[in-house]
Amino acid sequence: MHTVTYLQAINEALREEMDRDERVFIMGEDVGWNLLGATGGLKDRFGTERVRNTPIAEAGFVGAGAGAAMVGMRPVVDMLIAPFVYPAFDQIVSIIAKSTYLYGGQAKMPIVLRAPMLYGAGNAAQHSDRPYPTFMTIPGLKLIAPASPYDAKGMLKAAIRDDDPVICFEDWTLTGLRNEIPDEDYVIELGKAAVKREGSDITIVALAGAVPHALAAGEQLAGEGISAEVIDLRSIVPLDRDTILASVEKTGRLVVADPAHIMGSVASEISAIVAQEGFWSLRAPIIRVATPHTHIPFSATLERPLYPTTEKIVNAAKRAMA
Amino acid sequence: MAITVSETDMLEMYRRMTRIRQFEETTQALLLKGELYGSFHTSSGQEASIVGSCMALRTDDYMVGTHRSHGHPIGKGAKIDRLLAELMGKETGINQGKGGSMHLSDFGVGSLGETSIVGSGLPVATGAALGSKMQGNDRVTLCFFGDGASSQGTFHESLNMASLWNLPVIYVCENNGFGELTPTHEAVSVPDIASRAAGYGMPGIVVDGQDVLAVYEVVSEAVRRARAGEGPTLVETKTFRFDNHSIGMPVETPGHAEMLVHWRGNRCPIDLFDRALKEFGCDEVTLREIDAQVADEVSAAVEFGRTSPEPPPEAAFTHLYTNPIRIDS
Repeated sequence: MHTVTYLQAINEALREEMDRDERVFIMGEDVGWNLLGATGGLKDRFGTERVRNTPIAEAGFVGAGAGAAMVGMRPVVDMLIAPFVYPAFDQIVSIIAKSTYLYGGQAKMPIVLRAPMLYGAGNAAQHSDRPYPTFMTIPGLKLIAPASPYDAKGMLKAAIRDDDPVICFEDWTLTGLRNEIPDEDYVIELGKAAVKREGSDITIVALAGAVPHALAAGEQLAGEGISAEVIDLRSIVPLDRDTILASVEKTGRLVVADPAHIMGSVASEISAIVAQEGFWSLRAPIIRVATPHTHIPFSATLERPLYPTTEKIVNAAKRAMA
Repeated sequence: MAITVSETDMLEMYRRMTRIRQFEETTQALLLKGELYGSFHTSSGQEASIVGSCMALRTDDYMVGTHRSHGHPIGKGAKIDRLLAELMGKETGINQGKGGSMHLSDFGVGSLGETSIVGSGLPVATGAALGSKMQGNDRVTLCFFGDGASSQGTFHESLNMASLWNLPVIYVCENNGFGELTPTHEAVSVPDIASRAAGYGMPGIVVDGQDVLAVYEVVSEAVRRARAGEGPTLVETKTFRFDNHSIGMPVETPGHAEMLVHWRGNRCPIDLFDRALKEFGCDEVTLREIDAQVADEVSAAVEFGRTSPEPPPEAAFTHLYTNPIRIDS
């Protein structure tokens, strides 16, 4: 075992997969310069062909990743920050998500897009998005949001080995986390949520940066005599509805904590699934703790209160228990 | 001609051009009768551009098409029965009925599909070329796109990357005079799209898109360069679409009909090549035999499509992923 940060875990996943499979390569803006800290040392180890700095041309290099994937490569395209997916939106939606389907299975699309989400850091509306709900509406993509160094490594490795396109939404509010992880190779199957804390009174499903808050809330609630089961969703598509429904069947109550905007959110989708398929288990209304449907302001005073916090999750759980 | 083309290859060019035209005329008639459906953009008039380009490639080279690309897989050597079945939405279609008119393909002959968002195929072709280069093989990728796509950001982003990275890709802009209905000169800032190559440090060549041998010669040189590691080329074929932007559309650009009389009458690529072949010494009988053989092939393809089964309802949910997941419904 050794201890790594969230970024070190990503770096290890990239390095090990590039060592393992020469078809794997990285490209994106400034990947060779390790601008955000996840690609350090890779250019020296693998060279500039496989750690390829690109022009600032997201549609171009994301689409080039798709083309390379179609002829047998396994690109990991680094979006630098998540909102930079927008100039590449057509390539992601029309080409990456649809080519396997459109051509009746002739095309494989083994591509990973890494989308680091840098919110809560004074970057204002255009740089702070958590855009996974937008992509959840598009069939053909797989979406993951690891919330720990352990998951970041194991899920990114699984994504790179998957024959389908995966967007890895990395939550950079978690970069301070450290985990002990195994020294040997491991992968985490995509589509499996993790029960991080068992409980019997209420289910708290959280994803990405909301997970540590949900765990802290579980701890606090325990001190007040409320037994919360905390589930880290980990994977958005496929969505592990079985684990969520089984938990709600046991607890009868559900809070969903999601750092994205509340409208059309993952929290909304989970709420709808539970309302439709777990309705008779519910003993209280489902509560979503997500970001209000407003833009992210620059002012820290304005921005800080918008995202899910431990306090908000605790309060939501108490309302559900009332 | 700086290069020589064997009689066999010239007859194969004629066969593929004729195959495209007959495929288009037959399927268009089926569309107007209601037997086919969906948006329908034909390749008629552009056969020399397609076949001259494709014949410069090997079967294992890659090609990417556009929304107007019934002809391109045919030019690349695809069999027409499964293409026709695809237009009918049948299970035996090349895409098993998932893609239809704007997304024909045949990965077996290197036709990596066709994209119906204008300009979206350019990055894909660029990436296929990047893949080949990284794999160390000598395959090249040929990217077809139209004059309209040359205004998209993806065109400029792709040419920039291809030149920077010295990729084995040939960009063939089929300038048919219209981006949808808007005349090219109203939408493109330069008289020759090929001149845009200068902005990316690659050769840009204009060629008569109705002259199959001229296209073949220019694209062959671009393919040679790409295979030899000398980088990408932009080729602009000046051509004309012989049908409306989309078959059955109630509106057409004013003046198209008058221009069409000239192009069909004097600039039909198949008539021009027919004449040239005879000057080279091909006899009339050989060419008419090819016409008849192609007609039989097209009839057989229609029959194949008609007698093929519809896809089963559950096929709507297959091929969404290579490693399937549970699909919410």
